[in-house]
Parts: sequence; C-alpha cells; structure tokens
Amino acid sequence: MGEKKLMRGNEAIAEAAIRAGCRNYFAYPITPQAELLQWMAEHMPEKENGTFLQAESEIGAISMVYGAASTGERTMTSSSSPGISLKQEGISYLAGSELPAVIVNIMRGGPGVGNIQPAQADYFQATKGGGHGDYRLIVLAPSTVPEAAELTFEAFNLADEYRNPVILLADGMIGQMMEPVELPSPVDTSDLQPKPWATTGTDGRDSNTIRSFAMGAEALKSINRDLQGKYENIKKAETRYEEIGVDDPDVLLVAFGTVARIARTTRRLAEEQGINLGIFRPITLWPFPGDRLAELSKKVDTVLTVEMNAGQMVEDVRLSVNSEINTPFYGEQGGVVPDPGRILQEVKKYV
Amino acid sequence: MDQYSTIVSGFGGQGVILTGKIIARTGMEEGLEVTWLPSYGPEMRGGTANCTAIISSKLIGSPVVKEPSSLIAFNKPSLDKFGPSVQQDGVIVLNSSLIDDFSLDKSHKVVLLPVNELAKDLGNQKVINMVALGGWSKATGKLSLSALKKGMKLTLEESGKERFVDINQKALEKGYETAKEGIKASSV
Repeated sequence: MGEKKLMRGNEAIAEAAIRAGCRNYFAYPITPQAELLQWMAEHMPEKENGTFLQAESEIGAISMVYGAASTGERTMTSSSSPGISLKQEGISYLAGSELPAVIVNIMRGGPGVGNIQPAQADYFQATKGGGHGDYRLIVLAPSTVPEAAELTFEAFNLADEYRNPVILLADGMIGQMMEPVELPSPVDTSDLQPKPWATTGTDGRDSNTIRSFAMGAEALKSINRDLQGKYENIKKAETRYEEIGVDDPDVLLVAFGTVARIARTTRRLAEEQGINLGIFRPITLWPFPGDRLAELSKKVDTVLTVEMNAGQMVEDVRLSVNSEINTPFYGEQGGVVPDPGRILQEVKKYV
Repeated sequence: MDQYSTIVSGFGGQGVILTGKIIARTGMEEGLEVTWLPSYGPEMRGGTANCTAIISSKLIGSPVVKEPSSLIAFNKPSLDKFGPSVQQDGVIVLNSSLIDDFSLDKSHKVVLLPVNELAKDLGNQKVINMVALGGWSKATGKLSLSALKKGMKLTLEESGKERFVDINQKALEKGYETAKEGIKASSV
C-alpha cells in the first residue's frame, strides 16, 4: 500500500487493474465510464507489453478480450450498461471456454439507451447470466472508490484462480466520484502463477486449444458438470459480505454498492431517532451470501431491501430468508439516487 | 468535525469542478474523510455545472446532499437552484459581480464577493474561483487559508499547472481578506 491519492472511481479501477498486472485492455467509450478508458489510454502504453486498444465496437472489444485472455495474460474490458449488453455473447464464450478476464460495468439508467445517471438495474444480467447457457460469473460490487480499487485488484486473482470471468459491478456514481484511495502495490507479472493451459506457442509441448465447443451431448454434459462443480467451489470459498450493527437491529436493511453507502447515512439518522438499523451488504452478488443472510434474518421481523432498480436483488433476498418475515422492497429507478432520509421513512414503516 | 458539505455551482468554465476538488484535496491533506461528486448529466451550454464536496471526521455515507452546509454560487441560475436548500445558518458565497438581485428566506451567512472585479484587479480573470474559495474559507472556518493554499498547490502541480500556483494563492488571499469585511450575518 502506498500513499493516499484523491481519485475518481473510474481512474482508481483502471490504475488498480494495471497494478494487478493487466496488460491488455480493449474497450469502446461510453459515459459514465469514459475516464477509465482515458486512464488506460494514457498509462497502459507506459507498461512493458501494455496494450490499449479502442475497439471498433463493444463486440469487437470483448472478442479481443477472448483472444488476449487465451494467451494467459491478464485482460480487461469495461463499459456501461448498454455496452455490456452488447458484450453478452462474448461473455458466455469466455465462461464456456473457462477464460479468466475482468469485465467492468459502470451501470447507468436503462432499459435501452436509458440515460447516463447511476443505476443498479443490471443485477439480473450480471448474476443470472446475460448471455446464453448455464454459466456463472463472479460478481463483485464495490460500495466506495477505495473498495472499487481493492476489488478490481482482487478480481484478477479470482479470475485466474478459477479460470472464470469476473464482473466488477459498480455504477455511475462510484465511477464519477472522487475519494482518497490507497492503491495496492504493483504485482510483478513474472511472479504470477503460470497457466499451462494458455496458448503461448508449442515449443516443447503439445498444442493447447481454447474452445467452448463440444459436438456430442455426453461431451458437453461433462463440460457442464465440471463447470457446475467449479461454481459450487466458488460458492463455498468466495462468498463475501459486510455487516454493520446486525447484532440486535430493529430492521435489517440489505443493499449493495452505492445504496449500501447511502444506507450508512440512513443508519446514522435512524440512530438519532432511537432506531437500530442493521445493514447487510453483499460484496459478492454472485455467489450471493444467502446463508449468512438467512441466519441474520432469524433475529428480525423485517428485512428491507433497497436498490436503484425496480427490485432485482430482493428476489435473492426473499429466496434466502425465512418466508414468515416481512421482506419489503424500496427502489428508485431511472438514475435517481435514493435519499438517506427517504430510506429512513421506509425503515420507520416497520419499527 | 461533523460532516460539512459544499455545493459549488456556476457556468461551465468558471472553475466550479476544480474548486470542489481543491476542497476535497485539502480536506484529505488535513486527515479528513472526503468525497467529491460532479454533476455529469446532460448540460446545456450556458447552463450550470456543479459539484458537491464533503469533508468529515467520520466515514461519509451518501456523497449526495439535499441540504448542503454551504454553497458557492457563481451565477444566478446556481443560486436559484441551490440557494433555497442550504441549511439554516449555512454559508452562501455569492458572486456579486453577476448576481445583484436575490432574496433568501433562511438565516444564511451570506458573503457577497465581486469575484470578477477582484480577479481583474489581480490581473487574471480565470482565478475568480479561488477568490470565492478564499471567501468560503473565511466564512465557514472549516479549512484554513494556509491549508487551502497547500491543497490548491498540490492539485495544480498534479495536473502540470504549477505556473498558476502563485496567482491562485493571491486569489485565495484576496477572497479571504475581502470576505473579512463583507460577511453579512443574515440574508439580505
């Protein structure tokens, strides 16, 4: 860890990726993640073998990610909601070919072209599979700028460890805002674990093939079974969350990313009124920390989910907790960021 | 210090974004928690650009504030948009070069600074934002003049603009000194 720097979320994510050893970045510009591309354009070429390429389209960019990731080098693309939709076919291919890659989605209002304001309406897309086939992505949801840097760094480790694409799911507010960040120390790319599966040339070994294709039903069934086994391992080992004041809360609030940090202000306001508001913040949206949430929900009558969408994560919350308790939802849409006082009004309905 | 929030607002080109960044940067140097959030919606030419800077001794939850502790307004549309939401007893620094007609309901501490003229006296029209920030320092007492000078210097140096440090220091001083004389206890 080095000195503190005041950075925009987009810049902090880009710099953390470079420090994690990412040497291949392909993207197409879109608001509100343009500064990420700018930072990469400026700083990636300073690195030995650093490749920055502004692709002709999002589809081009994700296909370049597939190619570069096949060589075993750390690889990333980034975009915002409509651009991430365009990448879905490629993401399915990455998952099917078990290629490690990091995909950053700085979410904005949708559906369609929507607007450029912050939203969390791509939860379903990220966690339930926006592309075709039975696959899972590890989905990390930072709540602050320093955490965005930290999780970006971690995303590369997870991608390599599990040979799986990882999505960093943030929103326009985290992308655009500035906070002090302590950046991780740069990794030496030559220290990274070797990838014997990568297509690095056949000197002294047989050829490697990267593909998601299997003609026979039994062969593809076997590939799918292996993938599901891997996903079970990820569920067991990588589920992450944060808890604030969950020992004896009057109401338990569940939120991720931007909304979770706003809920901290709500918690302070609630405290002034003698209300104990607990906060449960999933950091991995997939795997969803449902088991822990189930335990916590035994202590309360109400688990309130707040999101910047029409109710997406709340479905996973409801699947996780005891069906006897209240599981209300409050959401804002279209780029509206919920106000801490407005969230408190919702909380007070259940006290 | 409890959370202290400032909205800086004006026309594009008046140095709004930089002013907010310098508040955040200075706060960070002073060991405080800080956030800075720009408006990045679709803006019209001649419309308002704004940003919100928060400094606090505690972890900052929401970087969006509905009722800021203070406002620096460089033009009339900015005052109209954010003036009414400033907290009771909050500080409003007004660019009186462009805003001559206003009324406010709450008991705000209003600082009238003719920043355009003051900057002209210094020989550089571009430093109106630092004149206003100097006035903000005096009126709020949240970040000292010397701390802001340092934060401004670091911010400019990082973007390769060290040659403007001197003139901006003078502008901060000018605003601070002028505000000493010009603070009104309540709304006009």
